[in-house]
Order: sequence, then structure tokens, then C-alpha cells
Amino acid sequence: MSHPSMNHPSEAQVEKHAVSRYSGGARLNHWITAVTLILLAISGLSLFTPSLFWLTGLFGGGALTREIHPWLGVLLFFSFMGLFLRFWKLNLWNRDDTAWMKNIDAVAKGDEEKLPEVGKYNAGQKLVFWGMSLSIIALITSGIVIWDKYFYQFTTIDQKRWAVLIHAVAAVGAITIWIVHVYAAIWVRGTIRAMTQGSVTAGWAYRHHRKWLRQEARKPEAPRPAQPAE
Amino acid sequence: MANAVLEIARQSATRGGITGALAPQDDFQLVKLIDVSKCIGCKACQSACLEWNDLREPVGINVGVYDNPHDLTENSWTLMRFTEWDNPQTGRLEWLIRKDGCMHCADPGCLKACPAPGAIVQYTNGIVDFQKDHCIGCGYCIKGCPFNIPRISKATEKAYKCTLCVDRVAVGQGPACAKACPTKAISFGTETQMKQLAASRITDLKSRGYQNAGLYDPPGVGGTHVMYVLHHNDQPQLYAGLPKDARISPVVEVWKGMTKYAGLAVMGLAAAVGLIHHTVVGANRVTEHDEVEGEKIKEGKA
Amino acid sequence: MTNSWTDINNTDLVIIMGGNAAEAHPCGFKWVTEAKANRGAKLIVVDPRYTRSAAVADYYAPIRQGTDIAFLLGVINYLIKNDKVQWEYAKNFTSAAFIVKEGFGYQDGLFTGYDEAKRDYDRSSWDYEYDEQGFVKVDMTLQHPRCVWNLLKAHVAQYTPELVERICGTPKDAFLTVAKMISETAAPDKAMTSMYALGWTQHSKGSQNIRCMAMLQLILGNIGVAGGGMNALRGHSNIQGLTDIGLMSNLIPGYLTLANERETTLDTYMSTRGFKPTRPGQMSYWQNYRKFFVSFQKMMWGDAARADNEWGFNYLPKLDVPSYDILRAFDMMHQGQMNGYFCQGFNPLLSFPNKNKIKAALGKLNFLVVMDPLQTETARFWENHGEFNPSDPAKIQTEVIELPTTSFAEDEGATVNSGRWLQWHWAGGDAPGEARPDIWIMAQIHRRLRALYEKEGGVYPDGILNLAWNYKDKEEPTAAELARELNGYVLEDVLDPADPSKKLLEKGKQVATFGVLRDDGTTACANWIYAGCWTEAGNMMARRDNKDPSGLGIHQNWSFAWPANRRVLYNRANADLSGKPWDPKRALIAWDGAKWSGPDIPDIAPTAKPETVMPFIMTDEGVGRLFVRRMMKDGPFPVHYEPFESPVANVVAPKIRGNPAARVFKGDMEQFGTSSEFPFAAVTYRLTEHFHYWTKHNRVNAMLQPEFFVEISEELAKERGIQKGGWVRVDSARGYVKAKAVVTKRIKPLICDGKTVHIVGIPIHWGFMGAAKKGFGANTLTPFVGDANIETPEYKAFLVDIRPDAGPAVS
Repeated sequence: MSHPSMNHPSEAQVEKHAVSRYSGGARLNHWITAVTLILLAISGLSLFTPSLFWLTGLFGGGALTREIHPWLGVLLFFSFMGLFLRFWKLNLWNRDDTAWMKNIDAVAKGDEEKLPEVGKYNAGQKLVFWGMSLSIIALITSGIVIWDKYFYQFTTIDQKRWAVLIHAVAAVGAITIWIVHVYAAIWVRGTIRAMTQGSVTAGWAYRHHRKWLRQEARKPEAPRPAQPAE
Repeated sequence: MANAVLEIARQSATRGGITGALAPQDDFQLVKLIDVSKCIGCKACQSACLEWNDLREPVGINVGVYDNPHDLTENSWTLMRFTEWDNPQTGRLEWLIRKDGCMHCADPGCLKACPAPGAIVQYTNGIVDFQKDHCIGCGYCIKGCPFNIPRISKATEKAYKCTLCVDRVAVGQGPACAKACPTKAISFGTETQMKQLAASRITDLKSRGYQNAGLYDPPGVGGTHVMYVLHHNDQPQLYAGLPKDARISPVVEVWKGMTKYAGLAVMGLAAAVGLIHHTVVGANRVTEHDEVEGEKIKEGKA
Repeated sequence: MTNSWTDINNTDLVIIMGGNAAEAHPCGFKWVTEAKANRGAKLIVVDPRYTRSAAVADYYAPIRQGTDIAFLLGVINYLIKNDKVQWEYAKNFTSAAFIVKEGFGYQDGLFTGYDEAKRDYDRSSWDYEYDEQGFVKVDMTLQHPRCVWNLLKAHVAQYTPELVERICGTPKDAFLTVAKMISETAAPDKAMTSMYALGWTQHSKGSQNIRCMAMLQLILGNIGVAGGGMNALRGHSNIQGLTDIGLMSNLIPGYLTLANERETTLDTYMSTRGFKPTRPGQMSYWQNYRKFFVSFQKMMWGDAARADNEWGFNYLPKLDVPSYDILRAFDMMHQGQMNGYFCQGFNPLLSFPNKNKIKAALGKLNFLVVMDPLQTETARFWENHGEFNPSDPAKIQTEVIELPTTSFAEDEGATVNSGRWLQWHWAGGDAPGEARPDIWIMAQIHRRLRALYEKEGGVYPDGILNLAWNYKDKEEPTAAELARELNGYVLEDVLDPADPSKKLLEKGKQVATFGVLRDDGTTACANWIYAGCWTEAGNMMARRDNKDPSGLGIHQNWSFAWPANRRVLYNRANADLSGKPWDPKRALIAWDGAKWSGPDIPDIAPTAKPETVMPFIMTDEGVGRLFVRRMMKDGPFPVHYEPFESPVANVVAPKIRGNPAARVFKGDMEQFGTSSEFPFAAVTYRLTEHFHYWTKHNRVNAMLQPEFFVEISEELAKERGIQKGGWVRVDSARGYVKAKAVVTKRIKPLICDGKTVHIVGIPIHWGFMGAAKKGFGANTLTPFVGDANIETPEYKAFLVDIRPDAGPAVS
């Protein structure tokens, strides 16, 4: 995150064939979200199951974990809101996505030539996007209900009981989606640099997001990835 | 109280208790029996609780009822709750006065819900106690409790409730409230003794026309170590909402049970599937061909 | 109490009427729950409100406050009509068979001899018919038309269940249920106990309320038996001690009375005391009056009390009026006739009626001394507390001196409980700051006054200069020294006339019992009824052996009960005429052919023959009085009188307002309200969370019941648009209070004589000092009138209006 390339990529790092994918702002937004989410997952899991309670040690103990976790949640919510506003249009579902989903076995095999050409996001990424969005809405809502320090009096205990359950289920969902997201980024080599350096290689774009590459190419001048990609 | 030794049977967020799962001792379960039919609502128990535990409430206001404070708080671990009830069968008014406070469930929902190891303990004599040094103030005990008892202090951000005067019990004395009760509406002893006493009281109440008199010892939480003799045991909810079939909320059971295991499984599974997939399929790499084709498009040649 | 707290455990039926034992006496109330749990005893509560006592009662009946006599006369009528009388007891142990002289009569609510202008009776016609020897004529067949039984029967005949309902608002079926439950205790082996308190005393006919139940209990044979009796629940831990010691303006210790100004010699004084038996063979214990009086004088003045100065008779003040009760004292103060006031352990500004009058009266004093452990409202009557106590201190010239005293827990001594037990206690801690024991303060005042009299002389300083002061530390007598004086001791050896080598009494020894007190100056005793409390065997009050071999709650070795460690008064009545206990399982004493014996101390000479000497040895008749000759100011039988402020007219005697023999001061009659202006019947009372005006100084009590409130029915709340928990303003003819409204099902409107009567309940505990929320004194509203006989103020029945309010102005 502190890599200098994020905001001021040096000449050496800007490859000849690079296609700009994420602006500096988008990447910053993403990494804030990512770090917050990880911290939330750790602190949340530590309070979720006694076998992981030891993780509270990372936050200075149980009481501090309990104190910090909801504030991280607020941070995550707003940070994710930024991502959402940036990307929601690009994640709208279309017919190609349905076709892509129908060929999910080809996806799993990495046999992308059998798939329709993909725009900036494939159906899987879109599902991650919407899945995460829904989870986070569920988490923030239920989280507020169980944030007793400030909101105890606004709900009944039974509502709070449902809220803890929903919070836990949504968190499991969010973490699972996150695992998928991280795995996909690792499996599809060349992906991570989109969020570290802001750009991908033309080959990566050709292989995974050909439609998007064509769109990018049609743009009059796309000099340096200083503006938001869309 | 011959047995003054406190041994922990169970504690929160810990498998099997710290000393290796001392089972609750069947022969020495302690019970506080509250005979609602003898209670005059004098609040001596409330006063004794405040004095013994050195707790103070702010001086409140009157809101049109006798209940003061108006609810349990982190400082008021017990509270007289007054209900005026017109008995439709007899056509006569009854003033039902119940001393509210922790029921010390055999199967404590608070302990089940608590995420902090050792913050809630259950002694072998049945007393359920909060250990504030371990409490993290999350309020899960409130959600776990079927009786709406624990309260979190704004000042210390820890949970509080009746300790059944475990500090007194440990040195062979009964709880302060029982000591202070002028009408012997509160008794304290072994479960056997208290059940015998309750049986004699129920017989007396039935002879006075309370056909549904009975002992409130809800099996849904495995029984409680605070029991009530009620004139209308068929309708415990008359007594300021004492739950009829008290049990830990199924939502909490799902949360603390299935969700915990299923959740961990789902997350673990996702990671495992990824790992296996990667092993089987291998990395999805960009080929030289891709780079060339990509470059073509980029350069507008395709 | 005739009996004791622990004796309540022996009862079959408890009736709580004129009190609220669970609320005001929760610790004593345990014996009610014990009797219920152990014996299957039943509990009846008769009260305008469904109280905490009612919450655990077997039966509750509502009643309009101030109508208890109508209810109880109704029960007596029921007993007579249904032949539910303990006949052997009633015939032999009461005055049922006594013949009343011709000329006595009753009509339209008044007995013969009434003088409307004086509001008093010529009581000469209220007497028996006597034979040549001076004994009362009796008709044991109860046929004589003027025998007490027949007069009583005629007197109560009009109090039918229908009339009771009309007056009291108690539904007929509820009344009949109660009457039936009570009537079952007419069986010789059944007992009912009456537990009452200020709900009966605080009326303009308070004494007659109690008397009425006493008559009922006599008819049922429930006096002198285990589990029976008339049990006054005293409102302070030592208020029994206060009356025993005679802290009334007209008493000296042991229920001896002060002389009035016409009784200028000891002989004239004695001529109206020390009654001779009015029936042959009876024992009239007051014949020993002179022994108790002379022994008292010897304790007070020692060697200065001699035969030749009538034992210092003239050292005692003499009354020019019947009594200087608190109402008279404050009325005099209000008129500027009383200029200094010593207020010890009292908070008159909140406890005496008509707060505005009390406050004005205090403002006219030259000086006010307040001795109290707490900062009372009385000590701060001059201070401005906004609407709670509006005041302009610049206009008040009274000099107020506060002398902080120790509290009961910080000093040593005995308190006397309702059951007449003198229980010694020890200091639990040191007093804070400059607080000193009351004894030290009183001693200092005496020492300094005495020095002034010694130096400057004065009109007849003899009483003060000659006062015996035989204490080790003259500046501060100890509680033990005073207790030993209360018990009494021997001043001179008394030899046995039969055998002069034997000493009956030995100089310097503590007396063992009042039976040895003498009127020849050889014994000294400050309070004859306490004789036996500190004997040669030591401090009997400090005994703490709770063994109870009889199982009857007698506990002979726990503390000391006056008189003579007797636990149940008149206990001879627990046995039939031949001396055989009515209920062998609950025998207190029994006649074994030669003497009385049993677990309790016999309340009769141990060898008094059962068929000759009747049980009530404190009366000159030897029996319980169903008809009092001249001793009650307002009639030989109780009559239903309405309170001075009543929502309805007296249906028995429509022309009479209040108790016709009750004293009313000038100006106070004008301050009585009428039901057209003040339509609702109010009652004041205590709450269990508080003790009078003390505990609002304590944070815990203040938390448990923080704020002044009044209680009304849902119906009245609806009628007046009052919200639960909202503010209301309550007005009487004397002032107003603002309080929170508790709207409750426990108060229901009553239908009295066809009219709906709403009840407003007003707890007393709040004032402008202490830890609780500031409040208005309930006594702002109450009328300045007392009981005809003993002047206890009428706090329990008066009229108010109530309406919603915005709450007190913030000062």
C-alpha cells in the first residue's frame, strides 16, 4: 500500500504494453477496504468463536477488540461505499454474464476461449461485487443493532438476537467471498498488479477482459493511468 | 452451608472448564426459593443487595408506579416488579409482586453466548457468576439470557448481575436478600430442601384456592437455582412477564451452535477448494500469444 | 399490644384494619406470614386501599376511611344476631351483665348529657346501678333491659349489613364474608388477633375505633388468649417506651397522671385514683397507685420527698387544662402564647397537621431548640425552598438552635417494642461531628438551669433544686444508671413484721418486682411497670436467650416485657371460669387447683381463685368493659361519626359534624372544607420504603422511593384527565401540594349512600431536606383537629380536590 507506484509510478515501472486498469484513488480505496475487512474479519472471528478468542490479543485484548471492531465496521462501510459508487455500473449484469456463468466449468479450467468476451468485469467478479455489497449492508445494519454502547435502547433483545445471527451469517458470507476474491486474484496471474501498479498487461486484458481491452483501445488517448479507468 | 468451597464447573468460551470439567455436584445444588405468595414488596431485598454489594443508583423520579428504579441496572441486581391483575375467575384484584433478578440457570444462556473465556463461570453448586476481569463488555450475555437480566455499565463497560452473593455463600452465609427478607419470602438452601419447602407452600396455597399454585423451575434451561413459588404457575407471564416456557432463544442456539461450526466450515471449505483447484488446474497464466494479440488490439491493429 | 409480635404466630385469624402492617411494620408482619404458613391462619385486610398487606391476604374488603366504627358495630350486630358469641367468656369476663342506671340514654348520635356550646358531655348518667355496699348490680341471666348486653344489643341493632354498605361503601357481600370469618373465632378454641396502628388512632374518634374492636374481641373471647388480643403496632421503635415513660403533658411514668390545678393536696389527688373494686371479691390493681406514686416521688426527689411534704407532691406541675398536647401547644404558639419550644426527636413542620399553621406558629417563637440527629425541616422552617417551603427569612425573628444528637445506633439503652419488650441495645458506632447523646444534652440543660436557680432564686425553684441527681458523673448520667432507677431500689431496710429478724427488703438492693413497692418512702422506683427490668440479677433487658420451650413464642428469657415479664396481658382469660384453658394446645396459664401456672407469668395473683377473681384486674370491675362509665369523653359506646371533613353526611345522625365531643380551636373550624369544594376523600399513610421523614436522608431509601406521589383510581384519573406519572395539584381548605400521580387499580371508587366517593391516597415521607427529591409535606393538607380523648390528629380522613398540573415551579 505504501508502494510509491500507487500514486507516482516511476517511468521504469510503466511498461510499454501496460493497460491502465485502476486509478490511484481507486487503488487507495480498495486497499483501505481490504485492510479494514481483514482486521474486521480477524476481530470478528475472535469474538465469534472461542477457539479464535486469542486473536483479540492483536488488538490489545477482548475489551479493546469489542471497542474497535464496530468502528472498523463504520470505516469499512464508507470505504466500500466508495468502491461501490465507482464500480456499480460496471457490475450490472448482462446477457454475456449469463453465458459466462453457464460455462463455469470452462472458467474453472481456465479455458477462456470458450467464453464470451468479457468486459471490465466477468460474471464471477460481479457476483463477488454484489455479494460483498449485500453482505456489508447486512453487516452494518445488524452491527448497529448490536452496537450496545450507542444503540442499545433502539431495539428489543429479540431483535438483537436476530441481529447477531444475521451478523455472523453475513460475516461468514463476506469472508467466504473474500476468500474467493483473493484466490481468484492469485490464480489469475497478473491480476494483483492491477491493484498495486494500477495497470495490467495487454496480454492479461486480452486473455481475461478482451471486450474491455477493445473499449480501452477505442478511446482517443489513454495516456497514463491518472484518471479513473472508466 | 457446610460446603463453602467454590469450584468452577463450567466457564464461558472454554471447552470443559479450567480444571477439567468438574461436573455440577448433584448432591449439593444451592437454590434460592422466592415465595411470591409471601412477598409484600417491601424492597428490603433491594436495599440489602445495594448495601452488601455497595452499589448506588442515582435518586430517580416517580413515573407512576412503585417500581424503583424502573428496571434492573448495572447497580440494581434485583428489583421488585409490581403487577396489578384483575383475576377474571374470581373477579378480585391481585397485586402480584415479583423479585426479579438472575435465575442462575442450570444451562445458562449468558454463559453459552459469552465469547470471553472465563468471563462467566458456573460453580459446582450451581451459582452462575460474572468475572468482571475477564468481561469484555460485548453484551452477548444479554442476548443469551432468557430472562433479560444482565446489564452493561456505561462507566466500566462490563456486564453485571446478581451473584447470588457468591462471596457470602463461599463463607457459609446465605444471600443478603434472603437475610434481609422479613417475611421469609426468600429462602436459601440445598435444592432438595428448597423443593420440599416449596411443596409445602404449594399445598398451603392450593388449600387457599390457588389451584394452579406451583414451582417455577423452568426445564427449558435445565432448571434454575432461583425458583419461584407462584400462585398462578400456569401463567407465569402475569408476574411482570416471567417467561412461560423459558429457554435460551433458538436464534441464540443457532448462532452459538450451527452457525459457528457451519461458518467455520464454509470458510475453510472455500479456502480448501481454492487450494485444490490451484493444485489441479494450475495457475491461469497469460501466454505470449495473449500478449501479442493484446498488443494488437491496443495498437488498434485488430 | 396486649400480646406480642411472636404471639401472632399462634393465631387462627389476623384482621388488619386501621393499619397496614406489611407496609409499616414489615419485620413484625413476618409473624403473620408465619402463622399463615405454620397454622394455616387466615388474613383479612379491611382498608380504603388494596395495600401491601392486602397483597398477601386471604380476603380484602374495601372501606371508606373514617367509617370503621360503623363496620365494627355492624360486625357486633352480626355476632349477636347470629349467636356467634363466646358466651361463657362474655357473661363472666365482661360487663355484659352489669346494670346501667336509669337516666342513661342515646338518641340521634348523642348520649345523655351533651352540651353543644361546650362540645362536651356531663357524663354523670353514664354509670352503673350500685347496691348498698357500693357494688354494681348485675343480672347474670342478661334479661334486665338495662344490663349492658341489652343496651349494646339495642345500640348496634341499626348497624345492619345494608347500613354498613351505605356508610362504609363496603359491598354487603364483602362485609358479610368478613363478618362470617370473624364470627368463627367465637369458638372457645379459636383466636383472632387485631393488628392496628395509626389507621385507627388518627381520627377524631380514634380511641373509639380501637375500643370498638376491643369490645368485639371481648365478645368473641379473644382477649388474654394466645393468638388473640388488641395489638397496637407502634410506629417508632420506642414509641411504646415514650408512652410508658409518660412523655405526654398529662402523664408521669407508668401511666400515672399529673394532678390538675384543683388537686392541691396528695389526698385530693389520690381520691380520684386508686379505684376500689366495684364487684365483690375483685382485685383492682390500681389500688396500689399510691405505692407507685410515692416510689416515683422518692426516685425524683430522694430525701427531699418526705411524708411531711406529701412526698414532694407540689414539686410536680399541675395542669390547668386537660393536656398540653401538640395541637394545643401549636395553637398557643400560633396565638403568641408560647414563646420557646424544645423539639427533641420530632419534626413538627412535617408531622403536625396544617403545615402552614405550624410554620406560622414556629415563626412567632422567640427561640426554637431542635435536638435531632438529622437536619430536619423544622430546624429549617425559615429557609426558602421555593414552592416546597416559600419563606422570607428576613421576616422571621425566631432564633433557631440546632443541637445534633446521636442516633439510636450510636448510643446505648433500651427500646420498647410494640409487644412491651424492653430490648437493650449497644452503640454500634461513634457519633459524627459534634453530635452528643440526648442524655448529655438534657443533663447539661438541667445542670445549668439549676445553677441559675441556685444563684438567682425564682418562684418556687424547689422542684429543680431538690431533684435527686445521684449519678457517678454528674455531667452525664449513663443509660445503665437511669435504667436502674426505672427499675427501682430499696431505700431503707424493711423488716418482716412477723419475724423482725428477717428483712423483707434490704437497703440498696434493686427491687425484683413492683409488688414490693411501698408508699412509706422505703422504696424508690421511677416507673413501676418497668420494675424487674434491672434487678439484682442484672440487666434483664439485655437477655438474649431465644429458647421457647412452650412453642408459644413466649421467650421468657429474651429481654424483659413489662409488666413483670408478662408476655400476654390478661392471660387469666385464656382459661374458662374454672381455670381450664379454652385451648389446651395454646395454654398460657392454667389453674391447678391451688395456683396459676404455665409458660407465661400469670396476670393475676397466683393464688387468686378462678371463680372469684375475674381476669381484668386493671379495671375496678375485674372484667372487660363493654360499657365505659365516664372514662371516654365521647360516649360509653362507640357511635359512627363522620370525619370533620366528609364526602357524605352522617346517615346515623345527619345533624352532627365530626365527633361532637372533639375539641376544635377557634379558627380551625373555619378551615374545614366541604365536599362541594373538595369532593374527594383523602388519606395519608406511610410507605415501607421510608420511615417517616428520616430515611429520605438516606440515599438507598431515596433510590427505592424517590419522589412524592399521590395515588388515585383509574376512574378518578379519567374523570380529571390525570396521566399516570404526570404531575397533579392536590388542594385542601388549608393548602396545596404538587405530586406525581400513581394511577392504580388498588384504589377503587366506593359507593356511599348512593354517592360515588373517590379516594386520594397521600404518602407522607417527602420534605425539602435530605437525599430524596424535594416534596411537599402531606400535612399541608390535613385538618387541625384531634381525637376527642387523646388529641391524635385526624390525618386519616379529610377532603381534597385534585387536578392535573405542570409541576412545581423551579426555584
